[in-house]
Amino acid sequence: MTARTEKFLDFVGGNSLLTGKVARDLFRKPLYLDLLIVQIQSVGMRSVPLILTVAMAVGMVMALQFGIGLEKFGAKLYIPKLVAVSFVRELGPIFASLMFAARVGAGITSEVASMVVTQQVDAIRALGTSPIKKIVIPRVLACVICLPLLCAFANAIGIFGGMVVGSLDLRLNAGFYWQKVLATVVLADYLSGVGKTVFFALFIAIPACYYGLNVERGTQGVGVATTRAVVTSSIMILVGDYFLTKLFWIIQSWK
Amino acid sequence: MEIIEVSHFRKRFGSKLVHEDVTFTVNKGECLGLLGGSGAGKSVILRSLIGLERPDSGKIVVEGIEVTGRDESELIDVRKRVAYVFQNGALFDSMTVFDNIAYPLREHTDLGPQAIRDRVLEILQTFNLQGSESLLPAELSGGMQKRVGLARAIILKPDVILYDEPTAGLDPANTITIQNLIIQLKSTGVTSILVTHDLDTALRVCDRLAFLENGHVEDLGAVADLKEDPIQIMQLFVRGKSD
Repeated sequence: MTARTEKFLDFVGGNSLLTGKVARDLFRKPLYLDLLIVQIQSVGMRSVPLILTVAMAVGMVMALQFGIGLEKFGAKLYIPKLVAVSFVRELGPIFASLMFAARVGAGITSEVASMVVTQQVDAIRALGTSPIKKIVIPRVLACVICLPLLCAFANAIGIFGGMVVGSLDLRLNAGFYWQKVLATVVLADYLSGVGKTVFFALFIAIPACYYGLNVERGTQGVGVATTRAVVTSSIMILVGDYFLTKLFWIIQSWK
Repeated sequence: MEIIEVSHFRKRFGSKLVHEDVTFTVNKGECLGLLGGSGAGKSVILRSLIGLERPDSGKIVVEGIEVTGRDESELIDVRKRVAYVFQNGALFDSMTVFDNIAYPLREHTDLGPQAIRDRVLEILQTFNLQGSESLLPAELSGGMQKRVGLARAIILKPDVILYDEPTAGLDPANTITIQNLIIQLKSTGVTSILVTHDLDTALRVCDRLAFLENGHVEDLGAVADLKEDPIQIMQLFVRGKSD
């Protein structure tokens, strides 16, 4: 077995075990709601400016690109529909999740890895408490709670960004824009987009904690672990997006 | 009465065999010093006593409970009764001194906020740390960090205390302060193991000394006997420094 294969299997096994431990300890007392609230503030509230800025920018760029392309065919009226559907189903969840991975995933890994290096994780264990309950579960839950909400905000702001460009640059009526958006986006679009982010949150939080807890070679390893966590989460989000999109299409087609 | 029993302890890290066959016991109320060169695996033994490391083979019994082979949740009881004092304090850097020391009380007792406050302030006074309760670990000196780590470790009044290099990197005044605190705790009947490179501390604080070398306990003897034999002390000192 090559070293690379061994590392991959180690990663898959380690993450599966960690996920199992999280599921096992999730509802076991004590629940540490205070730690969850701290993490919601840290990973959720503080991510709002970054994610909304990116969403606004992407929405504006999309409207502009669609506008330039569709104007040639006299199809500018379709801009609201295109921006809304693509944002709600794909771009909102993907961009929100990638930004979240970069900011929150990196933050979790570096923080947890530093705690390992300075023996704080050992201290948690030595004092008769569980690092899974104290460190991992609050962070995983905070990500699962916050990312879908951030995605919902990102969708709204992204579509709004499209409207700003539509009305200022492309001479589309703002009222018409919103009317078309509301007429186009159905609940299923919205749920499939936001629903994916629950999985993306797990793709970010679990590897981030795993790499943090398994940091090697002291402080030098903290940077390596952080890079790996962000790269892994990004790949899992992008690859997982295909399968989740397919899954949501299948679920929708059953109705 | 034996409180700690380590028998045929074997531990390997990758290709490096750190311990081949380590066996020793510690009696109730006794302080055993573990000496040895850097990399001799002194801390590995200490960590294994509360399940932070798992031996490849051998048996560890602490207060009648076999530690080896138990999972994390089963080790909680042992960890409440056996305190571990980390070399660098291992204080939670996001918490104040007060919260660090109160941590075990909040986790393992039903004490209310006022009772916790009283207990923490009392122990801060014992450790000469009054007025530092609202400071963060980063704002403390090395000596203060060690004392806070010690205070946090003993606040649950453990039966056994494991000290990992408690005086490493300290100036002589702080070293004596820590030595006195260990002697004070020992006088209350606490059983302890002290890992150290500092022979002065070992001779002052411990009842017996074990010298680890080549994966075994090479020498094990009473400090009182050693004190009568300066040549043996010199040998221990030289061997301790040789690495």
